Amino acid sequence: MNTWASAVVLVGVLVFAAVRPYRLPEAVAAVPGAGAVLALGLVSWHAVGQELVVLSPTVGFLAAVLVVAHLADDAGVFRYAGSVAARWSGGSPRRLLTVVFMIASVVTATLSLDATVVLLTPVVLETATAVRARPKPHLYACSHLANSASLLLPVSNLTNLLAFRASGLTFTRFAGVMALPWLAVVGTEYLIFRRFFANDLASAGHDRETVPSLPAPRFAVGVLAGMLIGFAFAERIGLHPAWVAASGAVVLAAGPLRRQPGAELGRLLRAANLPFCAFVFGLGTVVLAVRSGGIGTFVGHLVPANGDLLGLLSVAVLAAVLANVLNNLPATLMLVPLVAHSPALVLAVLVGANVGPNLTYVGSLATLLWRQILHARDLAPSTREFLRLGVLSVAPGLLVGVAMLWLGLQVSGVR
Amino acid sequence: MKVLVWIAERTWESCVDAARFVPGGQVVLLHVIDPDSMEAVSGARAGLLGRAMPAIDASVEEVLTAGQIRLFDAAEDRLGRPATRLGQRGRVERVVVAAAATADVLVMARDGDHTRLGPRSLGHASRFVLDHAPCQVLLVWPEQPPDLGTLPPPPGPHGPHSKV
Repeated sequence: MNTWASAVVLVGVLVFAAVRPYRLPEAVAAVPGAGAVLALGLVSWHAVGQELVVLSPTVGFLAAVLVVAHLADDAGVFRYAGSVAARWSGGSPRRLLTVVFMIASVVTATLSLDATVVLLTPVVLETATAVRARPKPHLYACSHLANSASLLLPVSNLTNLLAFRASGLTFTRFAGVMALPWLAVVGTEYLIFRRFFANDLASAGHDRETVPSLPAPRFAVGVLAGMLIGFAFAERIGLHPAWVAASGAVVLAAGPLRRQPGAELGRLLRAANLPFCAFVFGLGTVVLAVRSGGIGTFVGHLVPANGDLLGLLSVAVLAAVLANVLNNLPATLMLVPLVAHSPALVLAVLVGANVGPNLTYVGSLATLLWRQILHARDLAPSTREFLRLGVLSVAPGLLVGVAMLWLGLQVSGVR
Repeated sequence: MKVLVWIAERTWESCVDAARFVPGGQVVLLHVIDPDSMEAVSGARAGLLGRAMPAIDASVEEVLTAGQIRLFDAAEDRLGRPATRLGQRGRVERVVVAAAATADVLVMARDGDHTRLGPRSLGHASRFVLDHAPCQVLLVWPEQPPDLGTLPPPPGPHGPHSKV
C-alpha cells in the first residue's frame, strides 16, 4: 500500500513536470507531493531533514552556476565561441561540426549541460545559418552533447553533483577517472554523427556570409578558468564547489550590478531559477519515499554487488532505462544511494543517466508522449529520425563509456 | 513555362545557374525549413524540465526565417532577374513534391554524399523527390560533374555476371 502511494505521488509529480499546465513551475506539484508523502507517514521527518541537508549544497551550486552561465552570456562568451566556430570552420559544414563538438563538449563539461542547451545552442544556430550550413546536424549535436559530454566533471550535470558526494572521490580524482569515458563517448558520438548526417554535411557550394570576428571576452573567460582551478583546490580546504561557483558569480556580476543595481539583481534572481531549486528539494523527498518502500527494495535487488565490468554495464543499463522511463534526475536520486557502497558503481550510474537520455531526445518517455500529443494538430516532428539517431548513438555510447570507465578505474585504482 | 528551383544551403548556386539557362518563363525559388531543427532545440529544453525559459523557442524560428530570406536574396542576385519566392516549412521532400505539382520543370541538385559515387550518392530527400515529382526534372551537380576516372572497372572474366 505504502509502496504504491509513494509511486503514485512520484508519477504525479513527473507527469506534471512533463505537461506543465498553464506553464506553472514544476515545484507547484513537487512541493505538495513532498508534503503528501510526509503527511501520509511514508517517510520520516528525520530522514527528510537529512536528505535536504545532503541536497542543499548541490542545489546551491545549481543556482550559482546558472547565474554564472547567464553572466558569461552577457559578457559575450557564447557569441565569441560562435565567431570562433565560424572562423575555424572555413565554411565547411564538416569542419563546423567538428568545432561545434569541441565547443559543446567543453561548455557542457565546465558550465553544465544547461549552458549548452539554453545559451550555446542559439549561437550555434546563428553560426550555422551564417556560414550557410544546414543547421540540423549542429543543433542535434548540441542537444546530444549536452547529455553525453556531461560525464567529465562533478559540476557538468546535476546528476553528477548528486552522485559526487556518494562516490567519496575528490574533484580531481573524479575528473581523472571520467576523462577516458568522456572522450570515448564524445568520439563515438562524433563518428556516428558524421555518418548519420553525411548528406547534410557534404560541402558542395562555396558561398557564405562574412562573419565578423569578435574580440575575446578575456575577463569573463579568465574568471571561468579561475573557477575551474578553484573547484579542484577548494575541496582541499574543505570548501564545497558551490562556494567557488558563487564567488565566480559575484566577480562576474560586480560590473553589471554597479551599472544597474535594481534591474540586474532581478535578472540574476530569475537566472538562479529558485522555483526549480524548490522542485529538486520536493522531488528528492518524494524519491526518498519511493526508495525506502517496496520499489526501492526491488530496484536494490537488481543492483549488482561489485563493480566488475559486468556489474558496471548492468548498472549503467539500469540507469539508462530508468532515465528514459522517469527522467535522469529521479533516476539518479533513486539509484545512487543504492550503489553508494561502491564508487565504481556510482560512476557507472552516471554513464547510464547521462548518456541514456539521448534515446528519448526530450529526457523522458512522459515528455516524449506529451509532445506527440501537443504536436498532433500541427506539423509533427519526425520522431522516427530522432529515435533512430538515439538508438544508433546510445547503445554504442553506453558500451564504450562503460568499457572506458572500467579501464579508467583499473588505471586509477578506484574500486 | 514555370520553372521551380529548389534551393537548399550548400547546393543552391548550381540550381540557380541551371535555371538561368532555361529560356523565358517564370522562375519560382523554393526553400523549405525543416521543423526537426526547431524540435531539436525545444526538445532539448524540455529535457531540462523547468531550468529552460520558454522564450527562446520563438527566436529559433526567427533565425531560421531570417536565414531563409538572406538565401532568397542571394539566389535572386545570382539569377539576375526577379523571381517569385516560395518559403515553406515541413517535411522537405513532401513539400517539394507538392510544390512541383503546378510547375513545368523542377530544378534540383544531386544532393548527397559524393565521396563515393553509387546509389547512396543521391540523398534520401533528393531520391524521394526524383521518384515522385509530377513534372520534368532537371538534376544538376552541385559541384563539377565527375570525370570518367570515377567509373568503376568493367566486370572482368571472373565478375559477378560472368558465366563459368
